[in-house]
Amino acid sequence: MAEYSLKTPLTDADIQKLKVGDVVKLTGTIYTARDAAHKRLVETLDKGDELPFRLEGSLIYYVGPSPAPPGRPIGAAGPTTSYRMDSYAPRLHGLGLKGTIGKGKRSEEVKQALREHKAAYFGATGGAGALLSKCITAAKVIAYEELGPEAIRELSVKDFPLLVINDCQGGELYAKPDLKAAGLE
Amino acid sequence: MREIPAQQIIDTVADMCIKANRYLPADVKRAFDACAAAEDLPAAKEVFRQLKENYELAEETGLPLCQDTGLAVFFVDVGDDVRVTGMNLREAINEGVRKGYKDGFLRKSSCDPMTRKNVGDNTPAIVHFDMVPGDKLKISFMAKGGGSENMSRVTMLAPAQGWEGIKKFVIQRLAEAGPNPCPPTILGIGVGGTFDYAPILAKKALMRSLDALHPDPKIAAMEQELLAAVNKLGIGPMGLGGKTTCLGVKIEMRPCHLASLPLAVNVQCHSSRHQEVEI
Repeated sequence: MAEYSLKTPLTDADIQKLKVGDVVKLTGTIYTARDAAHKRLVETLDKGDELPFRLEGSLIYYVGPSPAPPGRPIGAAGPTTSYRMDSYAPRLHGLGLKGTIGKGKRSEEVKQALREHKAAYFGATGGAGALLSKCITAAKVIAYEELGPEAIRELSVKDFPLLVINDCQGGELYAKPDLKAAGLE
Repeated sequence: MREIPAQQIIDTVADMCIKANRYLPADVKRAFDACAAAEDLPAAKEVFRQLKENYELAEETGLPLCQDTGLAVFFVDVGDDVRVTGMNLREAINEGVRKGYKDGFLRKSSCDPMTRKNVGDNTPAIVHFDMVPGDKLKISFMAKGGGSENMSRVTMLAPAQGWEGIKKFVIQRLAEAGPNPCPPTILGIGVGGTFDYAPILAKKALMRSLDALHPDPKIAAMEQELLAAVNKLGIGPMGLGGKTTCLGVKIEMRPCHLASLPLAVNVQCHSSRHQEVEI
């Protein structure tokens, strides 16, 4: 398991060297989007309109941060559960999205899209919202302000700690539940 | 009849919302230490290291532990000989939630279920009232996050399925949930009552301290048996493998209809944020 420092935008070469279990310290710009924002993004694509940010080489962080207290760029900002965005992710990967950041399992369709479009799924530690906010140096709402915590934000991150959960070769890091040991089989 | 001014309820509730979201309970911290020491896998140890750094940072900076500061859930024991003056008790609780979530820079997560429009102030709170003897008011608050709540389930077992059926359903549920609810989790299990009451029991069970054994030794033994079985799944902290899939199992039981065996599993993430105040 290797450790990499990567800068956005990510390239195919960046993604191809990553294997499940690798630690990535990410620096650069990422975009927040969760349930309601994804619905809007896909509606925008359906209408043939332009998205509020460039997908090529970009990463989407599944997060709805808490409000920024005075003197801080952002409040707590840990990952939300990713499966709720599974129906949207393959289409976005097809348009150049190189990675998503969240927690929890992804669907077969998402894993297939990671292989096909050379992208990766990264895990951040769920519930560590205060800790992760330390790596976010700036934040601004760039779209859908009316969605409040679900608005799309552009975040500047420095050494944001990620773990490769699904790589572009079909690997997955999560432990398979041992049903037999737990007495189910 | 003892009287409590509504403002006191508002201020108390606001304070509970802020403190619960900022300070991880001592029993959960102790469980982190004990479980981290028992883990062999570096990834599992690393998760516990980050969670410890996270709660220390939240205490130091005043940031909430998690960005999901939850839907505000309350269990309120209202003494027969106490009344709140100046405002309806439920409204005073909602006003406290509005104040706490605003003043504490907590995320407002309450939204319309269909339009998904955010209500904007994290109300209405989910409040369960109980009438009890005496002139006290006991307010228990929980900031319940959505990610773990989504992994919860309720089912109606046949009475013949009994304890084996309960165990099987709970283990299966946790196996399917895997890394999604931010393991290590805490499980609230409601057994009995009716279709609607079992989940309330399950949620109430989550208010109990991890250290507190169930007063009925038979139920305490069931909690331990389930905890051991769930931890053998090997899902581990954040789903990365290891011995700690679950920090504790808490069961609440009530009599049920002779045709029924209602069962509810309320999944709580490791950030088990709750507060209790007696006025």
